Amino acid sequence: MNQTRREFLKISGLGIGGVALTAPLFNWSNGAIASDQNPAEEDFVNRTPTYCEVCFWKCAGWVYKNEEGNIWKIIGHDEDPHCNGRLCPRGTGGVGMYYDEDRLKTPLIRKIVDGKQQFVEASWDEALEVVANNLNKVKEKYGPECTALFTHGSGGKFFGDLLRAFGSENITAPSFAQCRGPREVAFLATFGEIIASPERVDIRDTKCLVLIGSHIGENMHNGQVQEMSDAIDKGATIITVDPRFSTAASKSKHWLPIKPATDIALLLAWIHEIIYNEWYDKKYVEKYCYGFEELREHVKNFTPEWAYGITALKPHVIRETAKEMANASPATIIHPGRHVTWYGDDTQRLRAVAILNALLGSWGRRGGFYSPEKKSLPGFPHPEYPKPKKTWRDAHPGKYNLAIEVVSNDICDSTIPTPDRDCNFKAWIVNGTNLIFTLPDQRKTLEAIQNLEFMVVIDTMPMEITGYADVVLPECTYLERYDYCRTDQNREPSIALRMPATEPKYNSKPDWWIVRQLASKMGLDNYFQWTDIEQVLDWQLKQVGSSLEEMKKIGVKKFPRAYDDMYFGEGEEIEFNTNTGKIELYSTDLEAEGFDPMPVYTPHKEPDPGYYRLNYGRNPAHTFSRTANNPNLTDLLDENTLWVNPIVAKEWDLKRGQKVWLENQDGIVSTFSIKVRITERIRHDSVYMVHGFGHAEKRLTRSYGKGVSDTELITNVMTDPIMGGTGMRGNFVTFRIDNPHKEEVAS
Amino acid sequence: MRYAMAVDTKKCVGCSDCVVACQTENNVPIGYCRDWIVEVTDGTYPQLELEIRSERCNHCANAPCVRCCPTGASHYADGGIVLVTEDMCIGCGACIASCPYDARYPHPDGYADKCTFCIHRVEKGQKPACVEVCPTKCLYFGDLDDPNSDVSKVLKKRKYKTLIPEAGTKPQLYFLI
Repeated sequence: MNQTRREFLKISGLGIGGVALTAPLFNWSNGAIASDQNPAEEDFVNRTPTYCEVCFWKCAGWVYKNEEGNIWKIIGHDEDPHCNGRLCPRGTGGVGMYYDEDRLKTPLIRKIVDGKQQFVEASWDEALEVVANNLNKVKEKYGPECTALFTHGSGGKFFGDLLRAFGSENITAPSFAQCRGPREVAFLATFGEIIASPERVDIRDTKCLVLIGSHIGENMHNGQVQEMSDAIDKGATIITVDPRFSTAASKSKHWLPIKPATDIALLLAWIHEIIYNEWYDKKYVEKYCYGFEELREHVKNFTPEWAYGITALKPHVIRETAKEMANASPATIIHPGRHVTWYGDDTQRLRAVAILNALLGSWGRRGGFYSPEKKSLPGFPHPEYPKPKKTWRDAHPGKYNLAIEVVSNDICDSTIPTPDRDCNFKAWIVNGTNLIFTLPDQRKTLEAIQNLEFMVVIDTMPMEITGYADVVLPECTYLERYDYCRTDQNREPSIALRMPATEPKYNSKPDWWIVRQLASKMGLDNYFQWTDIEQVLDWQLKQVGSSLEEMKKIGVKKFPRAYDDMYFGEGEEIEFNTNTGKIELYSTDLEAEGFDPMPVYTPHKEPDPGYYRLNYGRNPAHTFSRTANNPNLTDLLDENTLWVNPIVAKEWDLKRGQKVWLENQDGIVSTFSIKVRITERIRHDSVYMVHGFGHAEKRLTRSYGKGVSDTELITNVMTDPIMGGTGMRGNFVTFRIDNPHKEEVAS
Repeated sequence: MRYAMAVDTKKCVGCSDCVVACQTENNVPIGYCRDWIVEVTDGTYPQLELEIRSERCNHCANAPCVRCCPTGASHYADGGIVLVTEDMCIGCGACIASCPYDARYPHPDGYADKCTFCIHRVEKGQKPACVEVCPTKCLYFGDLDDPNSDVSKVLKKRKYKTLIPEAGTKPQLYFLI
């Protein structure tokens, strides 16, 4: 392997030698059956249970096949508490993952052919041999701890087992430090418990839902969208704080078009109003909370008038909305959001959210936050895993002590050698996460990759990250494989089975199989005392009184709650899992670590003239960058557009649909252009685009060059000192009207 | 019997699930659709309103597409559902041009295609695929002649409008406002 220079290899057309592929052709139109004579569902006995892998709400559903035995459609499971029988567009369009003809089709190994690096098609045996040998080599040379796993998908759990058996606990997912991490750390510091997924928010029964930058409806986390709709039906008040007129904002009684990056000021003013008007839940605060007097003193000067100067929200609007929240309490939710890594003080912002919920007594109350439960399945027995001598924390002792999961960007940083550090990562296993589009500051990600001795990428699609791998392994899609059962929390505990609806297409394989083979080749057989996944699942299910046979028939099994009540009882004595045993308005954990024990507003940089804050978000039809090539979902949206306020468009003389390139504050210019959408729905100081487009990998034929990648423009990263989250909303862009990439030669 | 659908614009988030569910249920080829989303923004920042509509064939009681079809392929079925008999359709496109709602498209197999209210499901007592899948439950379907149907009940309770009523087509797709 060439370790000094890792060329980006485009997967198309580089295969030599060969494995014959027999790709069944997909017949979209299902013959000439008249549409009004299509057979109904009950005509097909051949349905198999699954849970969705297109996002991480993991809705359970049924996969139906047509008369030819091809996958036809996926329908939500009626008994599933995550989806209540209704999948979202991505889940419904999950069939496109299976039928995408651009899928990775066979293992690939980076080799030098005629002096050039190329991907060469390989047999599974050969490819896995290379992976096993290289990982073992890194282990011998540097210790097993210098291998890290990045994963964002159900199959990653098997790779996690492998890595632990190998001797490393450096298992990370971008869902922590690039997403929900700050909220988990903030709620843990306040209530002694995390939010987790699906969020324990009782939207169904709320009277007042406050969304801060959270765009439910565009963000299609299914259960929440369903419950927000129920709440609208029941006449709940929705308050949305967003510089953009989001879909949720359009459903709201109050839309607060806040100046970006000033949310903490608004939250402090709300806290001020609720305390000084005595609108808080006095009994609750007195009984359960710690540090009220300190908080009262802390927010003394944070009046709505003070916040007006910062947020551009009128004082009477701040007062009125505070009053609405208080009137509805405790059935009020100040929603903790999900993707909350914005400005580097995110844990503190989420602390303010947690405090506000505590003051209104909504934690543990109907219409606020319920107590979720899950049914855990015991792991298949194995000898105790070796104890690693080092963890990721040893790379930066004392940093991010309050992080409760491995910080992905810290692994990336610790892969770039520095003289003062003896722990550098040397090998990465990357499963189901396109790190090039996931981690901000691509320059750093690429530098880290160049310093690796070995990288294996396991994915269904030729995502950008595969181009930098030494070995690429094609996993099959969720519709073609078993995984561990879903055991995530909800109001009532449940488990859901995923089983293959059909054989894996092409020469792809399920993750459990890949890991089991690797374990053998790496000499880790004794940790995997099973040969087939069905054996594991059946054993696990039998421990909770079910079986694989039963689950294949029912798909979802619900269990009774261990604790009857989802809410606190009247006057119930509760010991919270914090240092003081109370809800900590004043955080002793943060204080001990040298951080502000109560949230403080600090101003953030504003755009220079001619620059606009780059905001990004979700479209209901897509998940991150992973769906951008899905044929069913690109049919709904195949490129992102740049939302520009008409005033800005006029200044720049931009026309609707005009293509522009973007240049950020660090001089980074977008690879591709993006079409301008002139809309009143965005503030004049910001632009907005949907994340996940602008793919530069040509093998993604439907998505290559469509739109702009927000990630490549996010080079200013404001790291949260508390938990390592990557604040990504401090980037500013300006327009480049002419193609900046055209060649100009003077002679 | 008079089948109709109501769309709650106050709940619809425009996620397009109805579009994908229709495509997979009815094997609509990629690149075409029988239903679609319209978002209308009105006002100036920050005084804004947004109406989101899931649209499809209006199954008009006075349907220009049925009137102009030279072969009788376009016809009214039970309950007023407007259908196309594919093997009678010559693909002339008159119906496509006549529809004020632009609800029809030329199917690559050579006939005019559009929403059927999922009659194949309705006949079996099921709801249309779009209604069944909608995460916001913003679609209501049923028989207007039955006062207890979902659609009758919601139209009794709520304010509604139809699209382009001036075309005189008597559309049966109602938008709750």
